Amino acid sequence: MINKQLPSLAEAVSDVKDGSVIMISGFGEAGSPIELIHALIDQGAKDLTIVSNNTGSGHVGIASLIEHRRVRKMICSFPRTTNSIVFPELYSKGQIELELVPQGTLAERIRAGGAGIPAFYTPTSVGTPLEEGKETRVFDGQTFVMEHGIKADFSLVKCEAADRYGNLVYNKTARNFGPIMCTAAETAIVQARRMVELGELDPEAVVTPGIFVQRIVEINQPLDESKLVSEDWRYPWN
Amino acid sequence: MELDPNKAGWSKEEMANHVAMDIPEGAYVNLGIGMPELVAGFVPQGREVIYHTENGLLGMGPVPEEGQEDPELINAGKKYVTAIQGACYFHHADSFTMIRGRHIDVCVLGAYEVSGAGDLANWSTGKPGAVPAVGGAMDLVAGVRNIFVITKHVTKQGNPKIVENCQLPLTGKGVVKRIYTNLATLEVTPEGLVVKDMAPGIEFDQLQEHTGAKLKMP
Repeated sequence: MINKQLPSLAEAVSDVKDGSVIMISGFGEAGSPIELIHALIDQGAKDLTIVSNNTGSGHVGIASLIEHRRVRKMICSFPRTTNSIVFPELYSKGQIELELVPQGTLAERIRAGGAGIPAFYTPTSVGTPLEEGKETRVFDGQTFVMEHGIKADFSLVKCEAADRYGNLVYNKTARNFGPIMCTAAETAIVQARRMVELGELDPEAVVTPGIFVQRIVEINQPLDESKLVSEDWRYPWN
Repeated sequence: MELDPNKAGWSKEEMANHVAMDIPEGAYVNLGIGMPELVAGFVPQGREVIYHTENGLLGMGPVPEEGQEDPELINAGKKYVTAIQGACYFHHADSFTMIRGRHIDVCVLGAYEVSGAGDLANWSTGKPGAVPAVGGAMDLVAGVRNIFVITKHVTKQGNPKIVENCQLPLTGKGVVKRIYTNLATLEVTPEGLVVKDMAPGIEFDQLQEHTGAKLKMP
């Protein structure tokens, strides 16, 4: 019987190795798999490359992972937001690497990675500092810059509901990077708010087909990141 | 008479209204963070416009009533929003396919600097040591057909924001179509900046004095 559901977060992230490339879903807190990130902190893997749109806020989730010095490099489009303290401080001291990528290029690089496309051309960033050092090519008189697809060893993704085959649906704008990150990882690890029986998800409305998902953990009541940040919680819990 | 280019001319709301009047029925529109968000409040009654927010929603509605906020229903500025009847959600690659595939009709953005040739600088102040952050700005200017900039005509210090050549790191080259400021509305044309409209009481010479690029009357 195929059953991708695992009983614990710890088991789901147990084989992450030092130096892994890990994609983490979310746009700000919406869609951020905070319980999986905390399990990764407990697991201890370091020297990680993290691909995520932001760098987390306060001292929980991605910010806590960075604060525990597990992250060598961030691949990211917007590394500072209202409550991001940890990344800007390490970055200003030169203690963490940053590869800054336009948001749409980041999404397309992940999509390409998942679709077996090694590189593609885009007009985004042409004539700007983010084009520097990249190959360019002219098509029909317009200049394009070459960007590489990104693949990951693991993706950590949050969704609304999953069945044991790994079919997923998401909630509103928390969908953001989840579906493409599932496709681009060797092992996509998902935390689902609800596990449902096979057949409960309308096949016409499945967003991520189960083939892209390897592991699922059910987390019924995920933490509310902005609440944790406003109350100044730190992970591991202070 | 001496002109204070920071205070003179139209209010932010009047500027937003000018932009709104130029957005046609049926347009798919992406509004940047800050002053561009005001534009949604001035679309004339009966004109249907659909708002895209690049984090994954087409059919973005107004801010929710107090107590109705949903942390999983936000806009690109990470603020709580609502979804209209007929809205849809999608992932980031689809969202940026809408932008990069030239499906969005209008994008309204703020600016640090705009050049007479339509170059835009709006993502980095270029300060050494600052954490660079770009988000979707470069994708929007590269992919949306009509890039409208809404901005004060000068900086707080009174220096022109509309310049001959941008000094700050560019977001895109030759991408801006129209500039809406408190002093004037300008069109970027192959012949340079053309004044479409001037705020009441502003003389052309005064406008030129506070603009770094050469202006033309139509």
